[in-house]
Amino acid sequence: MVCTDNIDFTIPLQPAADRRMIKFVLMVNRQGQTRLSRYYHSVELSRRAALEADVVRYCLSRKKDQCSFVEYKDFKVVYRQYAALYIVVGITDSENELSIYELVHNFVEVLDKYFSRVSELDIMFNLDRVHIILDEMIQNGHIVETNKSRILAPLTAIDKMVES
Amino acid sequence: MSDVVEKTLTALPSLLSLDSHPGSAKLSSTSKLGNLIRGITELTSKHEEEKLIQHELLAIKEQVSSPNTTMMKELMVRSIYCEMLGYEASFSYIHAIKLAQQGTVLEKRVGYLAVSLFLNESHELLLLLVNTVLKDLQSTNLIEVCMALTVVSQMFPKDMIPAILPLVEEKLNHPKEIIRRKAVLALYKFYLIAPNQVQHIHNKFRKALCDKDPGVMTASLHIYLQMIQENPDAYKDLTPSFVTILKQVVGGKLPMDFNYHTVPAPWLQIQLLRILALLGKNDQSTSEVMYEVLDESLRRAEMNHNITYAILYECVKCIYTIHPKSDLLEKAAKCIGNFVLSPKINLKYLGLKALTYVVQQDPKLALQHQMTIIECLDHPDLIIKRETLELLFRITNAQNVTVIVEKMLEFLCISEDDHTTIDLVGKVAELAEKYPLKYNEWFIETMNTVFSLGGDMMQPDIPNSFLKLLSEGFDSVEEDRKLKLFAVNSYVPLLRGEPGKLPQRFLQVISWVLGEYSHLREDLEPAEVLSLLAKLLDMKNSSSETKSWVLMAMTKLCKGGTDASVTQEVSETYSSSLDTVLRQRAHELQYLSQDPELRARVLPRGSCGNFAFVSEALAAGAAPYKPPHQRQEELDQSKALSLEPYGLSLPISMSSCSITDRQSPTLLSMSSGLSGDTLKLDGVKRVWGREGYLAQREPVEEAAQVEVPSPIQSPGRQGEGDSLHSQTPTQTPTPEPEQEKQQLASSLFVGLASQSSVSLMGKSEPTPQRFRRKAKGQGPGSSFNASEQISSSLISPPSAVDNLLCNNLLDSNNASELAEQTSQLSQRLTTANGTCHTEAELTEPDTKGCNPALRRDNCVVAADPGPHDDPGRLTEVCLDSYLPAELSGLSHSEIAPLCANQSLNLSACHVQKEDSLILVVFIINSSESAIQQMLPAGEMTSHSVAVGQYSLTVKRPAVHVEVVGTVSYQLPAGTSQSLQFSYKVPLTSFIRPFVVSTEEYGTMWLSFSHDTKQNLTLINDNQEPLTATLNALKKKLQLHVVEVIGMEGIVACRLLQDLPCLMHCRVNAGWLAVWLRSPVPDLPDCLIYHCQRALQSL
Repeated sequence: MVCTDNIDFTIPLQPAADRRMIKFVLMVNRQGQTRLSRYYHSVELSRRAALEADVVRYCLSRKKDQCSFVEYKDFKVVYRQYAALYIVVGITDSENELSIYELVHNFVEVLDKYFSRVSELDIMFNLDRVHIILDEMIQNGHIVETNKSRILAPLTAIDKMVES
Repeated sequence: MSDVVEKTLTALPSLLSLDSHPGSAKLSSTSKLGNLIRGITELTSKHEEEKLIQHELLAIKEQVSSPNTTMMKELMVRSIYCEMLGYEASFSYIHAIKLAQQGTVLEKRVGYLAVSLFLNESHELLLLLVNTVLKDLQSTNLIEVCMALTVVSQMFPKDMIPAILPLVEEKLNHPKEIIRRKAVLALYKFYLIAPNQVQHIHNKFRKALCDKDPGVMTASLHIYLQMIQENPDAYKDLTPSFVTILKQVVGGKLPMDFNYHTVPAPWLQIQLLRILALLGKNDQSTSEVMYEVLDESLRRAEMNHNITYAILYECVKCIYTIHPKSDLLEKAAKCIGNFVLSPKINLKYLGLKALTYVVQQDPKLALQHQMTIIECLDHPDLIIKRETLELLFRITNAQNVTVIVEKMLEFLCISEDDHTTIDLVGKVAELAEKYPLKYNEWFIETMNTVFSLGGDMMQPDIPNSFLKLLSEGFDSVEEDRKLKLFAVNSYVPLLRGEPGKLPQRFLQVISWVLGEYSHLREDLEPAEVLSLLAKLLDMKNSSSETKSWVLMAMTKLCKGGTDASVTQEVSETYSSSLDTVLRQRAHELQYLSQDPELRARVLPRGSCGNFAFVSEALAAGAAPYKPPHQRQEELDQSKALSLEPYGLSLPISMSSCSITDRQSPTLLSMSSGLSGDTLKLDGVKRVWGREGYLAQREPVEEAAQVEVPSPIQSPGRQGEGDSLHSQTPTQTPTPEPEQEKQQLASSLFVGLASQSSVSLMGKSEPTPQRFRRKAKGQGPGSSFNASEQISSSLISPPSAVDNLLCNNLLDSNNASELAEQTSQLSQRLTTANGTCHTEAELTEPDTKGCNPALRRDNCVVAADPGPHDDPGRLTEVCLDSYLPAELSGLSHSEIAPLCANQSLNLSACHVQKEDSLILVVFIINSSESAIQQMLPAGEMTSHSVAVGQYSLTVKRPAVHVEVVGTVSYQLPAGTSQSLQFSYKVPLTSFIRPFVVSTEEYGTMWLSFSHDTKQNLTLINDNQEPLTATLNALKKKLQLHVVEVIGMEGIVACRLLQDLPCLMHCRVNAGWLAVWLRSPVPDLPDCLIYHCQRALQSL
């Protein structure tokens, strides 16, 4: 018989990021094609496509009058539709769904301000810039900035330098 | 704004030509990226996508190795696209790092971006980034510093932190806010991945918190939230700072650009509220600091926008997390009401979530919203349904567990999501196991459904703990046997039916149970069980694991003889199995079936051999079993599940009473609502919102109830009652679905109310508090605390009280030797009523009584000469006139002689005042000489009378309250003497009518936890018996009849000022079924005794 001598199985300290956080942000169109994806916890590349397809299918199947928050596996998904584009945010159960729902709108407003009337194509052709904007807003699964002009400040500074 | 977005996005298809759109103008449509994007938008199948991307990857690979860096940025974006679609572009990783290192501004940024997208935090290539970061941090170009800090706060190799830490720290003092802010975020990242590395700069975090720029301050909150989560005690001193910050934010002190839809920095508010919740949890003094700002937050967030609701949600959570404050709780509860009643589905969802959190603190809140909860339970949106079940799971008690489990199982049948199924099955199993004893059959049936529905997906712990429960059993042997027998009984038909459809796990459970316990069923031949089990072996889809369980069960069952053929056959078949475990089992079966003696030794009946490994593992230091959902709950601290069953706190009498008894009170409040001033019955939930449907009667009965003509109504209600009866035919029949809902509500929310006051013990008790607030003033001694003190002496505390007492009596005696008295004061009044655990407390005599008593004293002197030969007569005739003036107008009990000795004669009576009971003690000096230094009366001349009055309060009710006292005095000879007396007061003297409205009654009823029930005799004279009986009780016991409806009546009284007792009476089969409830233990029992006495004496 194997004797297990007081092996210490203590789980390493869980950072708060795991308790209350944004797990990913997706932009997907109605055809289920991913337009942007950003993960704040490590998900293997090979598993991402399946997860996205799953989540999107789930969101697309929902009617307009249904709740914008859905449960997916062990986390929650908050989604918001803008014309043909869905913005989907995966969060842990303890996050405040409604604040994330509004964060999505804030994000879209920022994009709208930057691109002056944003469209799906803007996002596709400026994927790098959209990512830069998103990076200013969310880091490590936490909301780090929501002030629109401050979010855009670094990017506009870069743009100015490129122009000159 | 969102309209604009929608419009432009809708117009997309027409823009796909890529020509005219301003956003795409920067890129030529002929560029490689443009081609890729066009290719992607034109994809129609997964196959095409794969072809396109593989082709693209090849092209990128080719170009990337050419030294043309001007193309590099575009190549990176193309690689990002490929990875985004799920195709690895690992060859480009190194180029991303290179780009970050060598590129110009935008290229550099894209390089950093690609790195953060491609690599995970432990990727070895990340080390190559350190030098670039180091260089950029020292750059004079702020944009580059910014980028470096951004990437550092996203990902950085843990071991390399020391290399850049000084540079990052330096940035904390940078003049630009954006640099300071990003530096703080970088430190936050370091704190997350290597807290020890930044331990020395905690004071710099404080500096960041106090930064003049709100953005920097906001960034520092991330660190604080994290640190406070780990150790709230270390940061309590910062509470005022956080409160001040929140106050300023809420008050709109931030620059306008922090607003979101006119709401000032909502996400910052949420963050601060979370921090406050952590700080105030279980800490009263810290919580008190934040009450004001929380109130302010609730008030400010009244604008009707989603984001304000998001803040409110966080605020409510905070209020229910910190040390409770009743008016805040009330406001928060109201706020939750706005959520759950909202027609907006997202708000409803959040309301349910808030309620789920809050009911753990205060289950009663669920009662307020029960109809909404019921509606949500039937909501077409499964998410709402699911969240509702989560809420119900948390309010489960022994009484509603069956209904809640039923609802969960219903949901399981329609749910298609595996994760939900696993989670719910776990919860059902947990609930079923928590309350198995009371409902044997229900337990087994529920678990059968769990096994059938949960199938093989469910957590393996569930069948294991089920079997453990079954085998270990409970305290009662008989119950154990019944439970096991019932399990056997339910499994046999399943096996006779179509066992092929059952999940493997279930089959394993069945075989184990049959193997262990089928002998309990006497009419079941082992041979039959064996053949049923053997059938399982033959099934195609039986897994080898199941088969080995079956074989083990058969080993336990076989006895040789007639069974031999089956076992023989089976063991032969499997002894040549390729599966070693099966082969082992088959051999065991073979040998043990042939050797009964050995079998009896190896497998003694009732040993649960299967679980030996558990105890072995436990002994070896393994962690005890926790279901996965529980483990998850534990991780999720903020939503910790209380594993204490609510049901335990229910009064025992509750469970033993019959169902109709339990139901009556609310039926009553229901009908009283009908007869009340609102006859509009459109929104039933409005009328019943507060008391709830707790205990609803059958719809039919209910209708009949209202139609019963009851001629006797309480006078004020007469007219309304009449109008009610004339209208009954039209309005009584509630719509059918409504009634169903109400019934459901009654079964779901039963038991919540009575437990709430108990579960809140030590925390806040909203209802009693509300009640207490209404009571006007409290006498100094009437504070009700459950002190165990049996005697209370007037001596302690010595100085103040004694002096007061002395002065008072001194005055009343008109004596002059004040100086001598204070030292020897020793009159004691105690209660000695051991059997009833009674206590009476003597409080200091009413000081207002001094002067009138003084005036009375003249009478003493006047009356003195007459009866001085016959002190006894004096007591009877004249003591009445010695009553203090302010009491003389009130009714008093007969003045009864207490005791006497050669020099003193004591008599007493009690006077009922509205808020107290005054004990008046008459001390008569029957001797010929003056008595000195008498306590409490000072000096008494011969044949004089001293009067002492004491206000009595009851700490713990008893049928009779006995007051014991001592008078000590000194005779002229100098010898000290004392005289003891005792006086008995019935509890009824303390009872006062308690005027409440029916609604208040309903609320209180639900919150009181001590109750008792009894049938009393009805008075049958010409009158309507209920009214006659209630009137008799009212007259005798000073009860207040709140309302009489039909065959029921509600009555309220209180014990002096502040201890209420509610009584619900219903005429039932010639008896008056009485149910009393009170927050005070024993009060219902004592009162029912007096009710009985009162009715018997008629």
